Amino acid sequence: MVNYFSFSLKNLKRRGIRGWLTLLGIFIGIVVVIALVTLGNGFKEVVGAQFGVSSTQTITVQAGGLNYGPPGSTVVNPLDKEDAEAIERLSTIEFAVTRNIEFLEVEYNDKLVFGGVVSIEADSARDQYEVMDLESQSGRLLKRGDLGKVIVGSNYEDPDKNGFDREVTVGKNLLIGGDKFLVIGVLERKGSFFIDNAIMMMDQDLEDLAGYGDEVDIIAVKVKGKDLVEKAKEDIEKLMRNRRDVKEGEEDFVVSTPDALLDQVNSILTSIQIFIIIIASISIVVGAIGIVNTMATSVVERKKEIGIMKAIGARNSHIFLMFLVESGFLGLVGGILGIIFGVTIGTLGIWQINNLIGADTRISINFILILVTLIGSFLIGAVAGIVPAMGATKQSPVEALRG
Amino acid sequence: MKNEVIIHLKDVAKFYRIGEKNMVKAVDGIDLKIKKGDFVAIMGPSGSGKSTSMNLIGSLDVPTKGSIYLDGKDISHLSESDLAELRGKKIGFIFQQFNLIPNLTVRENVMLPMDFQGIPIWEMKQVAEKILKKIGLGDRMDFYPNQLSGGQQQRVAIARSLANDPEVILADEPTGNLDSKTGETVMGFLEELHAEGKTVIMVTHDPDLAKEHARTVYWLKDGKIEKITKKRVK
Repeated sequence: MVNYFSFSLKNLKRRGIRGWLTLLGIFIGIVVVIALVTLGNGFKEVVGAQFGVSSTQTITVQAGGLNYGPPGSTVVNPLDKEDAEAIERLSTIEFAVTRNIEFLEVEYNDKLVFGGVVSIEADSARDQYEVMDLESQSGRLLKRGDLGKVIVGSNYEDPDKNGFDREVTVGKNLLIGGDKFLVIGVLERKGSFFIDNAIMMMDQDLEDLAGYGDEVDIIAVKVKGKDLVEKAKEDIEKLMRNRRDVKEGEEDFVVSTPDALLDQVNSILTSIQIFIIIIASISIVVGAIGIVNTMATSVVERKKEIGIMKAIGARNSHIFLMFLVESGFLGLVGGILGIIFGVTIGTLGIWQINNLIGADTRISINFILILVTLIGSFLIGAVAGIVPAMGATKQSPVEALRG
Repeated sequence: MKNEVIIHLKDVAKFYRIGEKNMVKAVDGIDLKIKKGDFVAIMGPSGSGKSTSMNLIGSLDVPTKGSIYLDGKDISHLSESDLAELRGKKIGFIFQQFNLIPNLTVRENVMLPMDFQGIPIWEMKQVAEKILKKIGLGDRMDFYPNQLSGGQQQRVAIARSLANDPEVILADEPTGNLDSKTGETVMGFLEELHAEGKTVIMVTHDPDLAKEHARTVYWLKDGKIEKITKKRVK
């Protein structure tokens, strides 16, 4: 069958800048979609890593809602240690540990940064490490009596990431909130921004620095069995409603399971993605209209050519396919360029995120998406070309030959 | 064989409506039979209806009235696409403006009519190259039309018209855009084709050209055949 392929490519080659500009819409739309999906998968992996609590048997309880601000910010009705004790007494619960997080000035090598500092309770240190799945990669973890000592997240070892321009290792002293602390351990890398950048010290030390009394930011709870997570969640909610005297539906605390947390973050990400994809779709539609326009112009410009072809034996279907294929290729070119730029932007974006928060997100290029985009962009072009191509076949050879 | 009719226009008329009420009778009751192997010229001043007759003879257009037979088959009521396929096979066109496709090479231009007939690519290539060599353009096959002189372009057009080995060559003012010397070369090729047994139909306004080359000349005036002159075969 007619070498539409090479003929279309030749026709595309002679297109001027004006013809190519009409591709902008398709191009931008596809760049956005591809970049977003590449980034989006990265985001989801980052988020997954951040909340990558070791065991799915862990539930966290916080005052306020997830939207009330970061842990450590003042909330109206904070949790306290008695809440944790009450929760621990529930039949479905193995243990409950409390955690306070304070953002304090950390000084080292004459440089000052703000760091998140997490409390470790002397009585339940081992349980804390278990729920957060912490191990030391050098030195050791904190235990009862380790006052004046800290362990640090793995990013503190990296001069590029810790903000001190010098690595922090076991045996070094950090000035935290004005007091001197000895680093006795470095944590294994977790791929979680929060833990890899955290400093941990004994609860007593942190209380001295921050003065939160009996208040706690987070109660982390380990459930007795995986299948008890939902039941435990309900138990805790019921208990906390009673203790805080609030009605169902008016809770001023949040009980989150890891799954629920992930779901929540994912659903936010997904709705952002949907919104941007809608905008990208509009851009693609505008691009398609651009192709309709440029192909219609092309039909008029090549009226004589159509006449010649009909004179030398082209059936209407030949002319139709010729313009349709060309239009499809036009879309395909937009698609290919869009994929190249989209993947580049997405990759750079992930790389940047990794650098910024010290995460280890792999760059995952979705080849199915790329294939679908290639086919889709050709189809968009072809569909946009249908009406102009039909217009081309309607030329009578005599009229068309006259030019 | 020589007396077989290849194209028969039977009481053919073509009217064009101009505006609301005006009707232009471009061709008004033409009756002609073109025999296989003849060299025919359609002559006439502008407005005589020769372009319209050429379109009708070349099955580029269908008549308002009357019937057209190509090789004995009534083609007046064929669909546009069927007509296209038929003329692609049976008629080779040569235009005054050469009408080559600018972004195809010489070879591809010659291949195009075969392409529309669904001929496999290796065969198209072979045939195109053979015709081009024969017509003296063997060294120009990868050139584009705008890299050629007018005479060379018209030779490519002749090669293209021969692509599907048609029975009829229809030339519309084939020398109109060429200087007289190049024009003679082109006419030489048409004579050669005629000698090989092709039916050549030439539309021209140049009486000398018609008289010199054509065996049968139809003189048109006001959409009608005014007279027919025949030259005795030497």
